[in-house]
Formats: sequence, structure tokens, C-alpha cells
Amino acid sequence: MTLTPVITEHWDAPDLYTLEGYRRFGGYGALASALKQDPDSIIQVVKDSGLRGRGGAGFPTGMKWGFVPQNDGKPHYLVVNADESEPGACKDIPIMMANPHALVEGVIIASYAIRASHAFIYIRGEVPNALRKVANAVEQARAAGFVGSNILGTDFSLEIVVHAGAGAYICGEETALLDSLEGYRGQPRLKPPFPAVAGLYASPTVINNVETIANIPYIIERGAAWLRQFGTEKSPGFKVFAVSGHVKRPGIYEAPLGITMRELLDYAGGMRDGRTLKFWIPGGSSVPMLVEEHLDLPLTYEDMAGAGTMLGTGTPMVFDETVSVVKAVTRWLEFYKHESCGKCTPCREGTYWITGMLEKFEHGHGSVEEVDKIVHVCTQIAGRSFCALGDAAATPYPAALKYFRDEFLAATHTSADEQFDPVASYLFAGAAR
Amino acid sequence: MAITEALCDEMRQLAALYPQSRSALLPMLHLVQSAEGEVSIDGINACAEVLGITSAEVTAVSTFYTMYKRKQVGKHHIGVCINTLCGLLGGDAVYAALSERLGVGHDQPSADGEFWLERIECQAACTHAPVMTVDWEFMDDVTPATAVDIVDRLARGEVVESTRGPIIRDFAATAHTLAFPNDGLADQGSSVDDKMLAGLMIAKERGMSAPSAPAPAAPTSQTEG
Ligand SMILES: Cc1cc2nc3c(=O)[nH]c(=O)nc-3n(C[C@H](O)[C@H](O)[C@H](O)COP(=O)(O)O)c2cc1C
Ligand code: SF4
Ligand code: FES
Repeated sequence: MTLTPVITEHWDAPDLYTLEGYRRFGGYGALASALKQDPDSIIQVVKDSGLRGRGGAGFPTGMKWGFVPQNDGKPHYLVVNADESEPGACKDIPIMMANPHALVEGVIIASYAIRASHAFIYIRGEVPNALRKVANAVEQARAAGFVGSNILGTDFSLEIVVHAGAGAYICGEETALLDSLEGYRGQPRLKPPFPAVAGLYASPTVINNVETIANIPYIIERGAAWLRQFGTEKSPGFKVFAVSGHVKRPGIYEAPLGITMRELLDYAGGMRDGRTLKFWIPGGSSVPMLVEEHLDLPLTYEDMAGAGTMLGTGTPMVFDETVSVVKAVTRWLEFYKHESCGKCTPCREGTYWITGMLEKFEHGHGSVEEVDKIVHVCTQIAGRSFCALGDAAATPYPAALKYFRDEFLAATHTSADEQFDPVASYLFAGAAR
Repeated sequence: MAITEALCDEMRQLAALYPQSRSALLPMLHLVQSAEGEVSIDGINACAEVLGITSAEVTAVSTFYTMYKRKQVGKHHIGVCINTLCGLLGGDAVYAALSERLGVGHDQPSADGEFWLERIECQAACTHAPVMTVDWEFMDDVTPATAVDIVDRLARGEVVESTRGPIIRDFAATAHTLAFPNDGLADQGSSVDDKMLAGLMIAKERGMSAPSAPAPAAPTSQTEG
């Protein structure tokens, strides 16, 4: 399958991040045509395109917009989820640094469609350079009359606020994000009510991922049928894949949904010299790992679900045979333990318990009994936690055990570092100082 | 350092951006760090006063988020990503080298108060592993040697550029950017590198592209233009 740069098409133009650069390639043309249409017809185009959310869950975007009640007399809000903190996910931050106006134009069109007069872009605080690029783009758009009062002479007005988080993975969960954006500790809310009905300030709110919104100008400009030329019936469109790990050319590869990992791996130059694939993860540490036999599956929402995993953020992490899966999984669990917001018992206690056991394995002190006990604890967390972070925390270990049970058994007597020289998986020669 | 009237004005400016002022609390706490080098008691009280909430409420929020510190951070904040991908691909060695160079462990200031070292989680830059940050600006693709060199250059007061971002300023300046992101530095340094262009370059070399025109309306039509 060929690569299809769309959001990434002009990233080599050094001034794409500026208003002039973006407009040279037709930028803000979609906005002009959108504002001539009825908001409902914009929602219909997005529905017809079949676009699915790129934040991980793949929820149909047009349908989400359609849930917002109309003529309810309440203010509506658009919130862009730019909290990208999922381990392995590294595509939203690059989009914001390279092509921030695509996001801003998408925000304006989406706000018009859902009849919002206030939009917020919640960017994780640890990435000031994405923050300043987006803020700069918003200011330039404002100066050009695309943001503010009576945009392009219409009666549509919009304020956009670029907001920095302060370091908390859980704030990527949409309701935790809303609490955080309201100035509270970022802990998830009970659903229902869903944000489309009672979101920010208890008003109807649409929350979308950066990449989802960055798709919008292209869909409005080129049409729903255009998007459906890419991908599959259930997974239309293209995806900004970010391939990381032990490949020769890690980086951003934009391709239609349905490309296989083998093809992406090939574009990325293959595995580094002399090494073979051990395991890979299609989209963030929260989705189950796969191995060599899955390389020819199409990267779509449905095919990944069929293989017992998920497309997730569509940012494959690739690990070669030098990596200790025990160590990899332990590190992910340490992350979930650290990021658990503490609101519910299964996740707060379970992540501590699992991590404690895994750390013993990493040091070669696990017990055979605990190999299965950890699975048991995972089943007590999954489906019993307040939000999807708990489910995510219960994911890496059972998936790894499926393929690498022997390695966990070996970790009952031999430490991860003795089983696998850590230096061998470094990307630089030796531990050179 | 102190909470000045000018700072409180900036806080009120932030509060005015939102339909409900309390939404400004996170940016306001970044502002406190830019002036005080940490989330100080005075800063907490000032936030509480501007927003009309209690200091306890502000404290409860500030303790939830890892970017807010309760000790002097010092001139530069140094982060090393130790999440699985970066850590196992070399971040662990980078962290060890920096910890030795600075003589401190995780989430601690160096004795001279110049640096703060922190093991950080995935920085959304895994394609650029191992990733380090200085005052939260990207330092991509580091090795133990280049990481230590960056710290040495900072210690000597030399100019250090982010790999995808502007020239390094200091922790306080970044904290201010987090409150007021329009810091005038969007044009400084390049934010796009070879790895971000990897797919685009291959597509160009091999003549691959996405059709930019709308799809033909009727899929049955066989007419070629
Ligand atoms: C723990 C956790 C972290 C999440 N982090 C993000 C994130 O950083 N960015 C994001 O877009 N979605 C994230 N999500 C998913 C959001 O809750 C939500 O589904 C998404 O923003 C919706 O946007 P979309 O429909 O455009 O995909 C996260 C979910 C969970 C449970
Ligand atoms: S599952 Fe974890 S992160 Fe989610 S609400 Fe419960 S404790 Fe918080
Ligand atoms: S794991 Fe280090 S940036 Fe993602």
C-alpha cells in the first residue's frame, strides 16, 4: 500500500506553521466553504465520511457531534484533547508543531458545526513547543479574521483558548480532562451523563483528539467520498502512523488505514541490522502486544480487534529480541501505578500490587505461583475500574504472558538484566560515556 | 522572588480568559512557578485570593500534578524519559549518567541549585528515543555522552538549542510560557526534523501521494478525463 501524506503533505515547507505558509497550500479554504453551509450539513459530511476518533477508542466523529442537543439554550463547547501522554503515542505533538493551522482550522469548523462559541485546546504541559506553535497559530488566525467576532462576515463568533496541563496522564481521559480544565484535580467523572449532554461547566461539550480535528479541513474541502477512498468500510481514511523502536528509520508515516505492519516496517527501513522482531504494539501501551505472525494484518479498528488487540493511537512501538519483555511490562506497570488517579480501589491498589510482584520478577525473585496470580489481579481490575486507565493497566501483562510465559518463569530465578544484557537494546553503541 | 502586584494582574488576565475563572488555576500555578521557582505558600494564597476559593482547594489541586514542585527547582529542569521505549533503548543509561554528573536522584535539585533532575514519563516523542528535556524543550536522540555535554554547556552558560524548538532559556521562562504560550518564540529553531518527515520523503521519492481532488461522484462511471 502506498503512503498518502495529507495532514503531513507539506511538512517539508519550513513556514507551514505560519498563516502564510498554510494558506499557500489552500489553508482556510475549507473554513470559507463551511461557513456558507448549514452547521447540520457539516455534521452530515463528517458522518458520511465515516471518520473515527483518533484518540484511541475510534468512536465515529460525526455521530459524536450529532449527540449535542440543539436549540437547548445552553452554551456549547469544543475541547481538543491534546494531552498525548500514552506511552508510545507520538503523533499529536508533531502535528501541532508542524501543522498547527490544520488543527486551528478544524477547531473553527467543528465549533461552527456543533454551535460552540468557545473552544479549548488542552495541551499537556510538558511540551511548551507544541503549546507556543498552536497559540501562535490561533493568534495569526485571529488577526486574519478567522477567530473572534463575526468570522468572515458571518454571525458566527468563536473564542479559542490554548490551555496547558501540568503533568498527569489521566487528564487525557476525557472527563478527567474536563475536571482539570475546570481547575480541579483531574479525576474521571461518572458517565452518563456523557459530555455531549453535560460536559464542561455541565454544558454540552464535544471532546476530540488533535488528529481527529486536523482531519476536518481536508474532509470539508474534498468531501466524504474522498475520505472513503482510503481505508476500509469500517475504518475509512488515512492515519498519521508514528513508528518507534528498533527500526532503522523511526518516524512519521501517513498511510491509509488498512496498511499492514509489515509494510510500515518496510517503509521504516526494517529492523535494525542483524536483529529480528520480538514483539510490537499497534497503538500505545494500553493495547495488547502482537508478534511476528500478526505483521500481515491490516491496521484497522476491526482487524486489530479481531486479533485481540486495538488500533489505539496507531503509533506502533517495535522491539527486537534484545529486549526483556519482563522489564518492558514492569516499566509500563510502574507507569500506570504512578498515573493512577487513586479514585477507585481496583486500579489504585491493583496497580501497586501488580507492580510490586513484577519488580520481583525483574530482579529474578518472582515465584511460579505469582505468574498466574498477576493474571488474577489483572482480571480483578479490568472491567471493575472506574475508567479505562484501570483496564489499560490490566492489559500488558496477560498479553505478554500469552507469548512469553517462559521468560516470566525464567524470572523466578534469573533477573531480566542477566537474561538480556540491557546494553544490547540501546540505540547507541555500548554504554559509551 | 515574590508575588508582585504585576503577577496578580497576570493572574487576573488568565482568569478572564475563561467562562468560569477557576479554569485558570493550572496556568496560574505555572505562573507562580515562573515567579517563585516552586509552588510557594504565597503563590497558593495569591491564586486563592484571585479566584475567591480557599488556599486548601488550591493546594489540593497543586499536589495532584507532577509539574508543580514544592521545592526550588533551580535554573534548569532536566527530564529524562524512562518509560519503556526510551528507557530500554538507552534512556536508563542517560539517566544514570546525568544522575552521576549532577550527584542527585529522581525529582531532586542539585547541590548548587542550578539543576533539577527528574525521571519523566513518555514525552510523546518516542520516535526520537532516547528523549531528554531541558526546561521541557526537546533534546531528542541523546546518548549518555551528549546528555552530559548538554548539562556541561548549560553549566558554563553556553547557548544550547533545543532539537525541536527554541534556544534554551530557563525553567522560570518556560513556566511563564505555560501560562502565556504566545511567547514570541514560535519562529525560533525548527520544529520539524528528518524523523517527522520520514514518510513524506519516501512518498516524494517514489511518487506516492493521496488524491487531492474530490472522488468521482458515481463509482460506476468509467470515463477517464
Ligand atoms: C487514561 C486515558 C488517557 C487518554 N489519553 C488521551 C489523550 O492523551 N489524547 C486523546 O485524544 N485521547 C485520550 N484518551 C481518550 C479520550 O478519553 C477520548 O476518548 C478521546 O479524546 C476522544 O477523541 P476522539 O473521539 O477524537 O478519539 C485517553 C483515555 C484514557 C482512558
Ligand atoms: S481506574 Fe484508575 S485512573 Fe481511572 S478512576 Fe479508577 S483509580 Fe482513577
Ligand atoms: S517513551 Fe520516551 S518519549 Fe515516548
